[in-house]
Amino acid sequence: MTDLTRLTLSDAVDGLKAKTFSSQEITQAFLTQIDTSNETLNAYVVVTADKAMKMAKASDAKLAKGQGGKLEGAPLGIKDLFCTKGVRTTACSNILGEFTPTYESTVTQNLWDQGSVMLGKLNMDEFAMGSDNGTSRFGPPTNPWRRKNSNVKLTSGGSSGGSATAVAADLCLAATASDTGGSIRQPAAFTGIVGIKPTYGRASRYGMVAFASSLDQAGPLAKTVKDAALMLEVMCSGDKRDSTSLHLPVPEWTKSVGKSIKGMKIGVPKEYRADGMPEEIEKLWQQGIAWLKAAGAEIIDVSLPHTRYALPAYYIVAPAEASSNLARYDGIRYGARQNGDGSLTSTYETTRAKGFGAEVQRRLLIGTYVLSAGYYDAYYLRAQKVRTRILQDFEEAFKQCDALLTPATPSAAFGYGEKGDDPVAMYLNDIFTVTANLAGLPAIAMPAGLDAQGLPLGLQVIGKALDEESCFRVAAAIEDAASFKARPEKWW
Amino acid sequence: MSVDKNTVRKVARLARIAVPEERLEPLAGELNGILAWIEQLNEVNVDGVEPMTTPVAMTLPMREDVISDGNIRDQVLANAPKSEDGFFVVPKVVE
Repeated sequence: MTDLTRLTLSDAVDGLKAKTFSSQEITQAFLTQIDTSNETLNAYVVVTADKAMKMAKASDAKLAKGQGGKLEGAPLGIKDLFCTKGVRTTACSNILGEFTPTYESTVTQNLWDQGSVMLGKLNMDEFAMGSDNGTSRFGPPTNPWRRKNSNVKLTSGGSSGGSATAVAADLCLAATASDTGGSIRQPAAFTGIVGIKPTYGRASRYGMVAFASSLDQAGPLAKTVKDAALMLEVMCSGDKRDSTSLHLPVPEWTKSVGKSIKGMKIGVPKEYRADGMPEEIEKLWQQGIAWLKAAGAEIIDVSLPHTRYALPAYYIVAPAEASSNLARYDGIRYGARQNGDGSLTSTYETTRAKGFGAEVQRRLLIGTYVLSAGYYDAYYLRAQKVRTRILQDFEEAFKQCDALLTPATPSAAFGYGEKGDDPVAMYLNDIFTVTANLAGLPAIAMPAGLDAQGLPLGLQVIGKALDEESCFRVAAAIEDAASFKARPEKWW
Repeated sequence: MSVDKNTVRKVARLARIAVPEERLEPLAGELNGILAWIEQLNEVNVDGVEPMTTPVAMTLPMREDVISDGNIRDQVLANAPKSEDGFFVVPKVVE
């Protein structure tokens, strides 16, 4: 029999419906893979084997009767950011201790309602704050990809590093992830897979551990553009429990995959030609442009003059909102309490000092500082106005084009520790992705080639607000032209 | 605007994070590095610009002012580090 774990989500769903194999068979195949691989790859922080087999059995009963949802019987991995009823959820932070939600996030509920099977919870940067998944309380996952003739362990990116590792190493069919500054798209690029962040408000944030509420969006990581479209269709919904969620019909995005891009106008923003950008990235970008031209698209040079201010604005807005959101972790109502000297204030301060890792503490201090008396206007308010400028840049560009093509990351995956100790150097990873979060726009990353060391590189397509369809169409055209079939050589 | 050791101490207090004395100085250095980088935003002309809210214009949804949830005391307490008789137990706050 073929290796079921190597199937795409779409093929697996078809195979399940055709009863070529059962959900219990494919679920067991994944559990076996996880069993033999997870110690090395560290993608899962909780494996829910019993629950998975129970869900698979229920799916098989439905499939036998010709019933079932859009993802009936398909085994998925869930980022540890999503609250899952009865299954430990910690956002990979010590401060959440053994927190076990008594409720389910809307995004995961949507997936279960359509029949998916949960394999477990996936590793991530603590509270999604990081670009290499190095801040997880459980230690980082490992990228299944390695440089040619090297056994240096590489990051699979962050913050959704566990999700990316799991998808790239065939430890699930697809995974949920979240993106505040690039946490879906950068890991996708680093592991040769596809990831999309939809328009802000498409997916409900209910039950998703909050980082920066005006930027956080859920989205999938998957093996193909079509798989990502299928996942996103199920994950998105209007939700009265999230006042920022959009009550709009969710389009059938799978139908945009494969649609011709002939006549589409694709913008190429000159400001994304970052100083010191590696030649390979520039080459990949030019290749992407050539592919789209060959597929009948018209390429238009556009300008997004405020691009360089995106990252600094992000590092005000995100820490400010995080400092407010994470105020809830006081060691009183849930999570791990540390008593300090016995007074209430000392309990708070000790709980938070011991419970939060260094990067989270750094961001909470920055956030508290920029929101403190006298500084709100100079920092947060100004940054929010700069965001408007960034959105206006996009709106201006979209008067001339339907979507934008950019690189996804400024480099291929790097080794742990190779970035040194400078936080700003790590923040620069998000230089191409963060603008879409600040402007709330949909953006997708897909693999487009390998670098000289044999590591995957990705391109990004940014769409107009609510126009995920163009993202999927253009991404599928690149996927088709790139014909990216490379897989990491199995060493784990 | 640059922060010194005392500012870090004050901000840490506001954030309710216990920072040991010997960490204050290195943290001031790290925060100044980030803040110096953020200063570039002062170059942007934001006169007459509204702060960003959302890319998709929408009005905040309204709902009936009725209770839609409740009677789940045990669920609320399920993850408490310490609870007793249906209450959270906290350190003594009144002398």
